[in-house]
Amino acid sequence: MIKVRLHSVGILAPGLAGWRETASLLRKETAYTASELSPLKPASLKPNERRRTTNTIKLALQAADEALKQWPDPQQLISVFSSSEGDLTIVDQICTALSQQERPVSPTQFHNSVHNAPAGYWSIGAGSRQASTSLGGLDGCFAAALLEASVQTLTEGKPALMVCYDLPPPKPLADFIHLRDPIAVALLLSAENTPGDVLADITLQPGLGAEENRMTDDTLETLRLAAPAGRSLPLLQAVANRTAAKLSLPYLPDLDLHLEVSPC
Amino acid sequence: MPITPLTITHYTLTNALGRGREASLQALRNDHSGLRPCDLPNVDLETWIGRVNGLEEMAFNTGLETFDCRNNRLACLALQQDDFLPAVERAKQDYGADRIGLFLGTSTSGIATTETAYLERTDDRLPPDYAPADTHNIFSANSFVRRFLGLAGPSLAISTACSSSAKVFAAAHRYIETGICDAALVGGIDSLCLTTLYGFTALDLVSAQTCRPWDRARNGINIGEAAGFALLQRPRDNLSAPSLLGYGESSDAYHMSTPHPQGDGALSAMQQALQRAGLEPGEIDYINLHGTATRSNDASEDRAVYRLFGRQPACSSTKGFTGHTLGASGITESIFSLLCLEDGLLPCNLQTRQTDPNLQANIVLQRQHRPISRVLSNSFGFGGNNCSLIFGEA
Repeated sequence: MIKVRLHSVGILAPGLAGWRETASLLRKETAYTASELSPLKPASLKPNERRRTTNTIKLALQAADEALKQWPDPQQLISVFSSSEGDLTIVDQICTALSQQERPVSPTQFHNSVHNAPAGYWSIGAGSRQASTSLGGLDGCFAAALLEASVQTLTEGKPALMVCYDLPPPKPLADFIHLRDPIAVALLLSAENTPGDVLADITLQPGLGAEENRMTDDTLETLRLAAPAGRSLPLLQAVANRTAAKLSLPYLPDLDLHLEVSPC
Repeated sequence: MPITPLTITHYTLTNALGRGREASLQALRNDHSGLRPCDLPNVDLETWIGRVNGLEEMAFNTGLETFDCRNNRLACLALQQDDFLPAVERAKQDYGADRIGLFLGTSTSGIATTETAYLERTDDRLPPDYAPADTHNIFSANSFVRRFLGLAGPSLAISTACSSSAKVFAAAHRYIETGICDAALVGGIDSLCLTTLYGFTALDLVSAQTCRPWDRARNGINIGEAAGFALLQRPRDNLSAPSLLGYGESSDAYHMSTPHPQGDGALSAMQQALQRAGLEPGEIDYINLHGTATRSNDASEDRAVYRLFGRQPACSSTKGFTGHTLGASGITESIFSLLCLEDGLLPCNLQTRQTDPNLQANIVLQRQHRPISRVLSNSFGFGGNNCSLIFGEA
């Protein structure tokens, strides 16, 4: 069992434009209404870079920006980025180009197609030369990122940013890959004794046997299942309500991630 | 504080040099390249590739047919060499299947399946048997290998371009250190596909000839495919095998596809690896360079190596043997490093005719046979993602 400290949250999803709004909703102070995401404009990307990047990159970075709003030195952060599908808009465009006679693959799209493209742009924007990892993990990629970022922050003794993000695929991939909504969640984690604003302490342990936690509100339960980052909602609900909670998040087909959340 | 070394009790690899350790070792001992003019079906590029023979014809009788794709075929083929399967069974008995972590790196996973699906689409619909979660997805090999081997522990899929399967060693070390697992199976798999062949060509980074790392006339990479796996365990008295001594990871924070010109990120990764191994630069006998043979990659890595090591350690890139196996280059060259340690071999910088006078590292132009104790292996990827590993006697 390992224990980390959660300092801040960034979140973007339809109807959830930031942590303050989301926390109020998860405390049932306001009602949830699904609405389109506003155009993405992450402050950590320079305007000329914004033009060259994709919505996947912008979504991940905008969630990261929010989690780091109060953090003084992002250049000291380890980063863990996690996405089930990576950038399917680019995959669609590259595979379409490859099925044409001249194979007109765009060089910019190709270098943006690597799974660690959001992490690369983030490290450039933040000026972080620290270790950076990018993960997959299907529906368990939020749990995988939370575990990996926690392990890294404990062993390396530096705070860690984790971002889990996915966007719905374009047609024709949408028939085969079921991601309904764009969702990105970013957490800033550190070892237990780190000073600064703290939302909660979290212990983590992969394990068997506990049923995955769901949202009691139907619309939020739909959102939880709409993309892998949505699987964070039971954790965020406990954090927003400052309640102690034992939770189980989906991780692997036969292994869950068990969490104990203690408000600080 | 130096880290606790991890013993590498078993390892295997498959690449253009052949199946299993012996094929790679014989090629390294004999300066024999596995590169060939590009003969991949449906590719009209003038270049050389490092292709694994027999993937198309091999039976995929795994009981896991939905995972059938070039990448998982390569993983499956590699796992069946060097008595690796019995070694995994013994580890399962020793530790329990749920206490062995699985850490795999890949860059493009089974994207070739999606390329084919797009070629076969009708009325903008992909074929009904297209199964991206089991083939194209970054986690595909993790799902496949976990089931194929009957592993039930934690599992991580790392995709940081060409450093992916070097970083699996660092991740495995941390999971064992924190008690999340007791032993680790690490590996990497990347297979030839149109996306990387045409994508690197679009970036003007592919050579029409064989790649020539550190050569004054170097003009780009050859793309290869490979898979490799290694079993990592805590040191025990009765285990005599090479160890992972140190790891270092960093970001360039500079550019998406061009490395830092002074090699700052690479330098930091190598420094961290030395620190974690508790070693001084003078204690490294051989460096297996990332050495892709593009103008800017080799210049940047050369700068970093020279700044930290001067001309002391012998250095070579083995890309001239296998091509650049991208997400599998970390595991491939880690295992080459283990082979070199065990054999007392410093492989030559194959294909290189005249080293670039502007580069300063001590490049091995003719292979050497002498005992070596510690090897550093570099892997650097797009996004400025760097990883250095040190292997040797604990």
